[in-house]
Amino acid sequence: MSRLPTASQTVGPFFSIGLSALCRESIECAAEEGRRVTIRGRILDGDGEPVPDAVLEIWQIEDVAKQPEPGERNIERASLPFGFGRVATNESGEFQFSTKKPAARRDVDGAVHAPHLVVLVLMRGLLRHLLTRIYFAGEPANAEDSVLKLVPAERRQTLLAMAPSGSEDTLLWNIHLQGQRETVFFEA
Amino acid sequence: MVEPPIFRKVVTGTQPNYLHPEYRSSVKRAPTRPLIVLPPTLSERTGPVFGQHTVGASDHDLTVQHAREPLGERIVVSGRLLDEGGKPVQGALIEVWQANAAGRYKHKMDQHQAPLDPNFSGFGRVLTDAEGRYRLVSIKPGAYPWRNHANAWRPAHIHFSIFGAGLLSRLVTQMYFPGDPLLAYDPIFNCIPDERAKQRLISTFDWENTLPEFALGYRFDIVLRGREATPMEE
Repeated sequence: MSRLPTASQTVGPFFSIGLSALCRESIECAAEEGRRVTIRGRILDGDGEPVPDAVLEIWQIEDVAKQPEPGERNIERASLPFGFGRVATNESGEFQFSTKKPAARRDVDGAVHAPHLVVLVLMRGLLRHLLTRIYFAGEPANAEDSVLKLVPAERRQTLLAMAPSGSEDTLLWNIHLQGQRETVFFEA
Repeated sequence: MVEPPIFRKVVTGTQPNYLHPEYRSSVKRAPTRPLIVLPPTLSERTGPVFGQHTVGASDHDLTVQHAREPLGERIVVSGRLLDEGGKPVQGALIEVWQANAAGRYKHKMDQHQAPLDPNFSGFGRVLTDAEGRYRLVSIKPGAYPWRNHANAWRPAHIHFSIFGAGLLSRLVTQMYFPGDPLLAYDPIFNCIPDERAKQRLISTFDWENTLPEFALGYRFDIVLRGREATPMEE
């Protein structure tokens, strides 16, 4: 029997009541290798105004086999699953989180995936959340990435976290909801 | 480990469009360029799996978080979490939040001139069981005014956030109550083009789960995106 999925509704302006308990700025990872990086940025609306009431959910897979099954890890209640993070923007529309930069990998179909993070964007005004990705500027594998290849060349930079000069471990990545620099969003 | 799903395509009209001008906040926040269609990749086919440790034993009961009981009409909200193929989604994390009985959120940005309830925070969590069932105890939230249009009021609702199997089944939605006259005027509820999909956001009165002399029952079943049917299953 086939059923239609339940429709999405906006997360609204007061989501922090329900979602802040699982907000974490530091993403736990199973992988032992990988450089710890901090990614920070701002979310801007179509007028270039900061969005102070957004929440981002970040997901990265490391090794599928390493994801714990429910109840497998004897961990404290505050812990989140490996590879998952959730952060809200502040009053200036800014967010920040840290994680281990994932490795490049091949998908089951052999397609090359450069290191990337998956990001869900939720806020008042979005009736459905948005799906996007963070890639790492200067990463050689970007040229072979099967998803970046789907993005028009002039828009790819919206997906790149950039290191400001002199900083290797803090990367900048802004989300522009609209306008000339509108971030690339995906559906699947 | 179960093979991560390859998800079915979204049926046109059953989900809101990003831009819905009647909902004013969408105008400057909805993307204006077409979304780029991703092939199935493991990055979106997988997703976080939350364990029992995420949820405390009484997190499903929003009426026991303080020294005394909150004011309002006690309710039991329960239902099943299924995927498109009708299979129960077990071990899924559901987070809920809502206004109090007077229509006021415990949030610094809520300016509604209605009283806060010192015995109500309006937040709960639950994991679905092996049959995909969940059950929450709360009080019925009040309607509240907002500034979207002249004399605008949100119908009573409870926010639901759900993590299914795989990131693409992630769902954030709102549950409404049957017979609410405000539904007809609400641009958020009415953003869904497909009438059946829209009506399914309204819970039904649930006599079987109504507790005698204690609380009214409401049933709200939720369906998440599911895996593509294989020829064997059809």
